[in-house]
Amino acid sequence: MLDRVLVVDDSNAIRAFVRASLEATGHARVVIEAASGFEALRVLPRDRFDVVIVDINMPDIHGLEVIKLVRASKAHAAVPMLAISSEGASKDRERALALGADAWLDKPFTPESLLRSIDGVVEKRAGSIRGVGGEPA
Amino acid sequence: MSDEADRVRDEFLSESQEIVEALSRDLLLLDHGQKHGHADPDLVNSVFRGVHTLKGIAGMFNYRELSEVANVLEDLLDHVRLGRVTLEQRSLDVLFEGVEVLQRLLGAVRGESHQVDVASFRHAAHDLLGTGSPPTPDALEAYDLDPSLLGVLTEYEEHRLRTNAEQRVPLYRARVRFALSSIDTDLDGLKARLKPVAEIITYLPSVEGSGDDAIELEILLASSTPLAELRLLVGDAPIDVVPLRKGGSQTMPPPPSRPEAGPIVREEAPRPITAPLDLEKRGGEGVEGIALRAVAKTVRVDITKLDHLMNVIGELGIVRSAVGRIVDRLGARAELRQLASELQRIHRSFERHLEALQDGVLDVRMVPLGQTFDRLARAMRQAAREDTKEVRLSVTGGETEVDKLIVEELIDPLLHLIRNAVGHGIERREERVASGKDPVGIIALNAYQKGSNVVIEIEDDGAGIDAERVLARAISRGLVDASSANELDEHAIRQFVFLPGFSTTDVVTELSGRGVGLDVVRTNIARLGGVIDLQSAPGIGTKFTLTLPITLAILSALVMRVGEQTFAIPLTVVQEALFLDPDGVSLIDGREMISLRGTSLPVVRLQELFRTAPSSTARQYVVVTSLGQRRLGLVVDALEGQQDIVTKPLGPSLAGVRGFAGATDLGDQRVVLVLDAPALLDEVLSSEARFLAAPEPARGGYA
Repeated sequence: MLDRVLVVDDSNAIRAFVRASLEATGHARVVIEAASGFEALRVLPRDRFDVVIVDINMPDIHGLEVIKLVRASKAHAAVPMLAISSEGASKDRERALALGADAWLDKPFTPESLLRSIDGVVEKRAGSIRGVGGEPA
Repeated sequence: MSDEADRVRDEFLSESQEIVEALSRDLLLLDHGQKHGHADPDLVNSVFRGVHTLKGIAGMFNYRELSEVANVLEDLLDHVRLGRVTLEQRSLDVLFEGVEVLQRLLGAVRGESHQVDVASFRHAAHDLLGTGSPPTPDALEAYDLDPSLLGVLTEYEEHRLRTNAEQRVPLYRARVRFALSSIDTDLDGLKARLKPVAEIITYLPSVEGSGDDAIELEILLASSTPLAELRLLVGDAPIDVVPLRKGGSQTMPPPPSRPEAGPIVREEAPRPITAPLDLEKRGGEGVEGIALRAVAKTVRVDITKLDHLMNVIGELGIVRSAVGRIVDRLGARAELRQLASELQRIHRSFERHLEALQDGVLDVRMVPLGQTFDRLARAMRQAAREDTKEVRLSVTGGETEVDKLIVEELIDPLLHLIRNAVGHGIERREERVASGKDPVGIIALNAYQKGSNVVIEIEDDGAGIDAERVLARAISRGLVDASSANELDEHAIRQFVFLPGFSTTDVVTELSGRGVGLDVVRTNIARLGGVIDLQSAPGIGTKFTLTLPITLAILSALVMRVGEQTFAIPLTVVQEALFLDPDGVSLIDGREMISLRGTSLPVVRLQELFRTAPSSTARQYVVVTSLGQRRLGLVVDALEGQQDIVTKPLGPSLAGVRGFAGATDLGDQRVVLVLDAPALLDEVLSSEARFLAAPEPARGGYA
């Protein structure tokens, strides 16, 4: 079970959906919500997360920038990160992955596909830590 | 678990509804902009984003048709924002149609409507997409763009960058630093300043400059405004604005001479803002001169400076009335009549200009209520989520303007009323269904201007306030005497919720009414010179009506005389004035009442109330004051007319006296006391509750 998951999305409905999907299934203990890139920037330095879920299409500070900043910060450089966005905008997808998102999940998604993707990014990060540092997961 | 699912679905419904409402609003603005030759790309993008979000969430919640229509609309908007389809009447029509279809589909989701024809919209959108022109060659290549910059732009931002480059609009990078705690407001301020002269393409948070408490942002701008002015507008934060350099031929504004450090050139240190002086030295003519005036249009002013101006205007108003009185005195003397009429002309012209000046300063202080309403909408959603209530918000009059200071003071009382409406007004779904209501509650927030007042209504279609329980509570708290209670009508009883001491926290659960801190709400509204009224019908709903002055700076008052004393009372509470017919006064329970168009009105003689010297006037007047639905007639000796006054607070020795809001100088060396109408009505009416006005016929429905 994950302890803390951050979801950054300007849609209340999506955040509620993600929270319900994770908390109700016992997949995460608590889902922290940020309704904008700014809120995410405020939350990030003060907390530690097991997974960060970022929507790409947000006003002002959009998801690509959040991804860049998360990766640039010491505390979260290696946090598993999942980008969520509607299909289309293939450049955005490439850029999100290039900036350090571990996976991309198209909206709309089901709770099951969300959980699978989260497991995927957690697995991937754990694998890369094992590969580099040799620390058992 | 299914509760949780319902909650998530509610989120979907309320957010979708909000999006569709915002879409209609933005489309109207776009339509207006297009007709006036400027369709704001930001607005197009915000419409796009709204539709995009709607498509996403509709898909997540399995509303396939809604998602598909949003998808078509999104495609269309994507073409519009990327410049492949021009925004013109035809495309706007199709966009409007699309939003209308979304609206109806949402209605269908809520079970309000059934058949929705989406085919005609699909066809229209399809036809329009067919007319798109291919994208033009890449003008961005002329710029030496940092590849890491392009890497964080969304496709749309890249497009806007390209379009501006194509149109030869100079591009800039501005570096600003904000405290994380205040970044939202700081950024809003910056946006407001830049918006008239520049397009903000993106915000790039910078990794190096950001710490735990502050963040450095690079803002990518396109603007035809000279660099020096952009620097000015970006403003007070430690910042820097530099042009984005072109690789090839120079068509950009001349860059400051300094070594080139890379493709993106930055100033070494923020320069002190000396640009306006530079411009003046150059003569201020030509392009710079014009653009500088554009800067003046967006200058930000500390509100205390406006307060000062308003005070001066108030004093000028006092001078004006003094001159007016001299004109009258001169006019009364035959040999000075010529002089009087000349002075009269000058006086009138002075009056006109003064009014224009006052209107001008007032206008500067005005802000629309829309932003406040948005905040209330968010608070309502949150309250609904916490209380697991289903509520829809309907808002009208967001464009109504009110004095900035009033808006700020209004937020807390309004938040309070909204939370009350959700918490104690709207019933749970099951209860609503059981009583045959729409399962989703409605809270309506309406604002409109009424003379020199602004009226804000907060209305819910909830359970209403049970007068009997209010009365029981008021009696148990010793606020009202049980024996006099049976003479009160229900409306009067409900007003007890505003009394200090009526509410305690246990009221929330014990009573379906809403006593929590309403006395504070009323006090705050009264402090703004406003009044609050409450109407409620059990099972039907509750409506709070706030009547507020548009500005605090100047008060229109009625000046009246009682014996040797002169008083002023704010016109906001004066309903009318009439002669007192001594034979029409009847004594009911030892109190004087008069009949006013078929209803009885309690009256109080100010001469008795304030124990001034008895008057010798034969004819007296009744000034009918009303505070929401409560009315009281004040008996005075003479009416001296209406006057704009600037109220000064009473000295410390008098500050504790109830019934007076302050004092004012009428310009003829007379200092008069300004009556605090809400306090006065309270004093007279609530301590002697039986003197409350009888119900008006119009309130018959609320029995």
